[in-house]
Amino acid sequence: MEEIKLMKGNEAIAEALIRAGADAYFGYPITPQSEILEYLMTEEPYKRTGMVVLQAESEIAAINMVYGAGACGKKVMTSSSSPGISLKQEGISYIAGSEIPCLIVNVVRGGPGLGTIQPSQSDYFQSVKGGGHGDYRLIVLAPASVQEMADFVQLSFDMAFKYRNPVLILSDGLIGQMMEKVILPPQQERLTDEEVEKRYGSWATVGKKAGRERNIITSLELKSERQEKHNHKLQAKYREIEKNEVRFEKINCENADYLLVAFGSSARICQKTIQLGKAKGINIGLIRPITLWPFPSEEINKAADKVKGILTVEMNAGQMVEDVRLAVNGKRKVEHFGRYGGMIPSPDEVLTALEQKLIGG
Amino acid sequence: MTEELIIAGFGGQGVLSMGKILAYSGIMQDQEVSWLPSYGPEMRGGTANVSVIISDERISSPVLQFFDTAIILNQQSLDKFQEAVKPGGVLLYDPNGITHLPTRKDIKIYTIEGAKEASALKNSKTFNMIVLGAYLKLKPIVKMENVIKGLKKSLPERHHNLIPMNEEAIKVGMDKVKQVS
Repeated sequence: MEEIKLMKGNEAIAEALIRAGADAYFGYPITPQSEILEYLMTEEPYKRTGMVVLQAESEIAAINMVYGAGACGKKVMTSSSSPGISLKQEGISYIAGSEIPCLIVNVVRGGPGLGTIQPSQSDYFQSVKGGGHGDYRLIVLAPASVQEMADFVQLSFDMAFKYRNPVLILSDGLIGQMMEKVILPPQQERLTDEEVEKRYGSWATVGKKAGRERNIITSLELKSERQEKHNHKLQAKYREIEKNEVRFEKINCENADYLLVAFGSSARICQKTIQLGKAKGINIGLIRPITLWPFPSEEINKAADKVKGILTVEMNAGQMVEDVRLAVNGKRKVEHFGRYGGMIPSPDEVLTALEQKLIGG
Repeated sequence: MTEELIIAGFGGQGVLSMGKILAYSGIMQDQEVSWLPSYGPEMRGGTANVSVIISDERISSPVLQFFDTAIILNQQSLDKFQEAVKPGGVLLYDPNGITHLPTRKDIKIYTIEGAKEASALKNSKTFNMIVLGAYLKLKPIVKMENVIKGLKKSLPERHHNLIPMNEEAIKVGMDKVKQVS
């Protein structure tokens, strides 16, 4: 049954989590994502589906609860905002090393440090280039609407379990706090241990049965030869994800003279810039990476051939622009326009930046 | 049809809930809506504002620099958002507490004595509904029946007995709005 509601992005993620048949949420409040925990506490899903909701004593505790529950094959999520996500990085690295499926949500605010509570996209590097230590990758999804905040929850769990890999939803204070119309997915049943094993294989620590080896969850391997083998296995998995999971949206790219590349809320702002450009006779297209890792490099490379110049628009001092430049590999001019510290660029500002940086004058 | 609107005033005046009722009313007639609040420390005792977009088409940017309509409920907001009204657009304000009047010549300016009318109704909480009524008189973008449905959706059920009073306040606003220039 489809249900249309007016919800904040944070509330939509929380409701979608219950409906995805999640087993648990562990979190710690921080603006601008506190509505996730608040919504879950108000909805009391432990009565609806048996899902656990727990406010941990700290972010570090919360991510380690995710590690533990995830190791048992449970569908679990944690969420925070930038400073809190920094605290979680050790746990995230362990989870990636141990190949535990889980969902981490970052509703980004301006930094560095405690920074501001206003929206930002300055955690792009942290999300797609590691964040924690070691050679690992998170699958990173960037929602650009409240609807996608809801839709990406189930998608994240599907990918997390398919690849036994943590997935991060990289949102920001704007999408988190904004209300839009959202169509909620139907309620899914929570899975039993047996169903998890049947769908995703026997790897979780749910109690050893006779006739099989012990399932061991660890990120520690003191023998370098074995650790390298494990690294090879992870890298092979990452190549597989790069092959299968690249997602992006193309808007007005047919016959565009200039290309914008933007993700999340910046991509929404750029859509208005396209309209403003049209009114001035400037034909602008937009590629919106939906997965920030794996990154739609190939698509951006192809699109570069058809345009005179490329501008990335980010609420940071220039992070994704590096990946766009790598993708384009020098064949076109790639410029960056950003506002940061919690400031949000307006569609008019973006158009002015495009005119100055790409057209000249 | 696309209406891009900003409502700005003090925290506690019902700015955010007025926007929410409008957004819900839009949904009730199958339109696309977005509601983007200012959030954070500026809400505590300071100014609060919300951008609302109601459209027949998919909404691009929820963040805007210029608006079709600005509903202004204090001096700070008037100073800040007067210039954000598109040429030919609408500025609606409550003159209560306004000492520096709007100066734009290229927009339509209206007043609604929201605070005064609310005290005449002996219910200061009807203030934002009076202002909403004035706005809907100028821009009848949502039907009254859908506003009532929107009210039902955004008020908790225990407050549904207050809906007739809110409807009355909206009608007062519709009656009392005045064109200044």
